[in-house]
Amino acid sequence: MIKAHLLAAIIGAGFLASSVTTFAADGSAILQSQCASCHALTQPEKVTLDHIWERKGPDLYYAGVKFNKPWLVKWLQDPVRIRPSGVFYRTHIKKGEKADVVDESTLIDHMKLTQADAEAAADALMALTGPEGLIETGKFDKDKKASPMAKMLFVKLRGCSACHSTGDGKGGLSGPELQTAGERLQPDFIYSYTKDPQKIDKGVWMPKLAISEQDLQNLTSYIVQLSGKKEAK
Amino acid sequence: MMNINRIISQLAGITLISLCSFSNPAIAADDDQFKHAERLYDTYCVQCHGMNRDGNGLNSTYMSVQPRDHSDPKGMGDIPLEEIAEVLKKGGLAANKSVLMPAWGEIFSDEEIDQLTAYLRHICKCGSN
Ligand code: HEC
Ligand code: HEC
Ligand code: HEC
Repeated sequence: MIKAHLLAAIIGAGFLASSVTTFAADGSAILQSQCASCHALTQPEKVTLDHIWERKGPDLYYAGVKFNKPWLVKWLQDPVRIRPSGVFYRTHIKKGEKADVVDESTLIDHMKLTQADAEAAADALMALTGPEGLIETGKFDKDKKASPMAKMLFVKLRGCSACHSTGDGKGGLSGPELQTAGERLQPDFIYSYTKDPQKIDKGVWMPKLAISEQDLQNLTSYIVQLSGKKEAK
Repeated sequence: MMNINRIISQLAGITLISLCSFSNPAIAADDDQFKHAERLYDTYCVQCHGMNRDGNGLNSTYMSVQPRDHSDPKGMGDIPLEEIAEVLKKGGLAANKSVLMPAWGEIFSDEEIDQLTAYLRHICKCGSN
């Protein structure tokens, strides 16, 4: 008699616990248990070249000032490759016929989350805002349209295409694709990263370039409007 | 008893290793002196200038101006040391070269620029000045 009660209580408790985790997913717990092995969720104390070489995924401790939340929720359920040559290009290339090429066999597909877990994880990521003043807010003028020169700036005059593709099958492969950047990234982040990538991700292989304020505005507007659609040839 | 087979295979291994490093002198800095510069080069320069330092990097395919072949003794030997240091710091435009060669002065210290300059002289085998 007593035994049966105990058994029922144990089963009941177990059932309760598992239903709690499935119905109200705890975002921070998901990040800690499933994501921390590849992503820095807190700022590393000292960033060295070794961090750049050894990290298994991009740092996420400033995800809240970087991503648009709707994109996060969508991407975590159905991830599509952003970095054509992986999180660090140098460890994912091989000699091709003429030039170096991406060694696809070394790239892995990103894990997928269920909708509930993706929403919870996105909430938790948006709460990670990194150190104070990491990005410049309010500098980018959202209301101004990109000048017709903006694409030329990106492709030719400022040489961004050397490392970034924008969806037309051309452009460099060592940096993230930017054809979905407008959907993925907050405009202030695009502005701040273009202005000083080394402040946001010290040691990254995009150099800090001297870019005028006007060019920064135009480049940001150009990238923001790329959001997902195929670029006209 | 000495195992002659093992010795032979070890010898073959050694020859193979030295052959590899001989045909690819740029890849492995033989000197500790260049260790740091080589690491910097592998992190920042290989994306355009290539694993073999010959200008055929991952990004080179669609670039309108091809990255310089750093293994070419003539082409690299003709560039004065001061110009190399200037281009590393301020980018291609500083020497009337393409904007596609970016400026690295905001990432590297002056000492690192000097180390990279010396390393470039080392891998083109074109002397120290
Ligand atoms: C095995 C390592 C690994 C694990 C585990 C992992 N990720 Fe990632 N993650 C990566 C890599 C590699 C990328 C880069 C993908 C790309 O650029 O295409 C990435 C990219 C991302 C991005 C986009 C980052 C950016 O800067 O573009 C987000 C957001 C993200 N991961 C969230 C998560 C979350 C949330 C989890 C846990 C539920 C997780 N990841 C687990 C390796 C991992
Ligand atoms: C030498 C190569 C290189 C050049 C040139 C370059 N970038 Fe980048 N860029 C990168 C790399 C590498 C990253 C980030 C890598 C990462 O997060 O894993 C990056 C990231 C970015 C990001 C953030 C994207 C994201 O998803 O995190 C933006 C925006 C950006 N670059 C804009 C530009 C613009 C605008 C230019 C031209 C003025 C430019 N880049 C030139 C290599 C380059
Ligand atoms: C985004 C691609 C890119 C990256 C990254 C890059 N370079 Fe270059 N580099 C070029 C191009 C393109 C040229 C050819 C410029 C020309 O001939 O007009 C060049 C030329 C040079 C030259 C010759 C300059 C001259 O006066 O003729 C040197 C030296 C050089 N690069 C060194 C480096 C070093 C060292 C690094 C890494 C710290 C590096 N480059 C990274 C694209 C790049």
